[in-house]
Amino acid sequence: MTAVTNRNAYASDELQAIYDQTVDFVAHEVVPHGDLWEVEGRVPRDVLKRMGDLGMFSLRVPVEHGGLGLGMLASATFAEALGTSTFGGFEATVLVHTDMALPHLLNSGTPEQLGRWLPSILAGDTVLSIGVTEPDAGSDVAGLRTRAVRDGDGWRIDGRKTFITNAVYGDLVILAARTDPDDRYGISMFLIPTDTEGFSVASKLDKHGWRCSDTAELALDDVWLPDDALLGTVHRGFHETMRNFQNERMVLIGMGVGASQVALDLTTAYCADRKAFGGRLADLGAIRQRLAMRQAEVDAVRASMYHAAWLGDQGLDNVREMSGVKALGAEVVNRVMYDCLQFHGGMGYMRESTIERMHRDARILPIGGGATEVMLEEVAKRSF
Amino acid sequence: MNVVVCVKQIPDPADPGALDPETRTLKRDVKLILDESDSYGVEMGLQLVDAAGEGEVRLVSMAPNNEVSGLRTALAMGAESAVLVSDEALAGSDALSTAKVLAAAIARCEPDLVLAATESSDGYTGTVPVQVAELMDLPSVTFGKEITVEGGTATVKRQTEAGYDEVECPLPCVVSVTAGVVEPRYPSFKGIMAAKNKPVEELDLAGLGIDPTTVGWAGARQEITEIAEAPAREAGEVIVDEGDAHERILAFLDDLKVL
Repeated sequence: MTAVTNRNAYASDELQAIYDQTVDFVAHEVVPHGDLWEVEGRVPRDVLKRMGDLGMFSLRVPVEHGGLGLGMLASATFAEALGTSTFGGFEATVLVHTDMALPHLLNSGTPEQLGRWLPSILAGDTVLSIGVTEPDAGSDVAGLRTRAVRDGDGWRIDGRKTFITNAVYGDLVILAARTDPDDRYGISMFLIPTDTEGFSVASKLDKHGWRCSDTAELALDDVWLPDDALLGTVHRGFHETMRNFQNERMVLIGMGVGASQVALDLTTAYCADRKAFGGRLADLGAIRQRLAMRQAEVDAVRASMYHAAWLGDQGLDNVREMSGVKALGAEVVNRVMYDCLQFHGGMGYMRESTIERMHRDARILPIGGGATEVMLEEVAKRSF
Repeated sequence: MNVVVCVKQIPDPADPGALDPETRTLKRDVKLILDESDSYGVEMGLQLVDAAGEGEVRLVSMAPNNEVSGLRTALAMGAESAVLVSDEALAGSDALSTAKVLAAAIARCEPDLVLAATESSDGYTGTVPVQVAELMDLPSVTFGKEITVEGGTATVKRQTEAGYDEVECPLPCVVSVTAGVVEPRYPSFKGIMAAKNKPVEELDLAGLGIDPTTVGWAGARQEITEIAEAPAREAGEVIVDEGDAHERILAFLDDLKVL
């Protein structure tokens, strides 16, 4: 028999090594400390700096800028490996930095902007967030009200943002603001350091899950930015933002797949050990068959995600596939967590149990990064 | 300062597979990984080369099926190159056969220092490093917890039950490194990507000039005569605190002579 070394058909030896290395890192550097971070409501900067030192933020950065120049398969691999931490808040902190915010700078940044920001972003000294969502604009990005108007050699920005991950303790927000009031898509992107005058954290939001991830409501009152804070082409921010949608959807499902596998492993081990009705829980058909189905679903989502990533890396359109896997995957992850908590019985309802936290963390997946209903419309638009 | 580190690629202890009932040896037809106990030697070698400001760490390994995945991990940590010996005639090799092969491969590298783990995590004979030293006619120091090199001399703090001995040894020499004495670095992502392009010289017995009848099953001087299921762990003693628990725990530990 030939030894099978890689986890999926798309994994090179290097991606497998990146997966193994990331799993090892989170097992030693995250899992033992995560409970404390959940209480503190933040991921310590020294962990992010350690990850930066190890090049863990560099997967998608072009080689000429000090990165590894890899594609969506690498991001999917990294996200799935991070997902094994069981702390969704930690995973979100990292993936917002690497895969939801950074790609905008990589896609649209000028050489000067890349030169100014990339070294400290890769090192973990500058932590990124993406500021798009507003109190009245979430999945419908075209409804943004935050305004940016020309003022001298720069821009003056006023508005509110909400549900912004990493913005309480982060350093740089990539922010969407309306620059053309007559065009619903007339949006531009800006690079806003969080110490800019007029920029403030209106509140640190208290969440159902992802509790070690910091989430902000932001106030922008008379914020003035120089011209070189404009990211990409003026009025084209909406279209430029859309370029990263598939990647954002993918990494959320990637972390969900990683978490789901851990949850299933925890639950099968628990059911194999737990005695009831004269035998093991694992011997009860209602339990073993349900967990088997959940495993099959996770395997299907994992395979679909990597396939959609591969399509993207080939330069092929993958909106249908990735939107579909986002919709399906988010539902599957929640089914997995529901059943795993159920089969842990009363213990699963206790705050001290891992599965209780994972159940809460999973709930955001059908909402964030494109709600399930929006994802299904993306599929439907391409079906009818 | 050129350091050779002997590394073993073993079945993942988290998924250890099974023993072959016919040969009574561990089945190795699964994915092999770097033995964690070798990661300390790799780390120590990298630190010594850093301290010297010149030279490199080279890996030497013997594995079936030209397996390199464990080597790639050590290369990602920072080792510059590797020598891998793989030959069907090596199946069934005992510790001495392994030492013969490693010694021949190491000799080609002409190192200043050879590092190895005190023992592997799957075989646990703990004899290979000293056998390698003997075959190469090199001095050997075992159970090293700290090594410094100056001039042509290695100074080794050698772990003992009571503390440590400080041993001086002329180079080149073979030092076995105790697990846990340094913190092995995580390979960086850049290191992982670079590892795929680092040279791994693959050799067979003919390439090393070793007679196949002197190694493997043909040359084995050890024989595994029997294998048996490990006895199930017995339940521990539960001490319920009735005000004297600390005294009873101290007495228990005293009986074990661990205090």
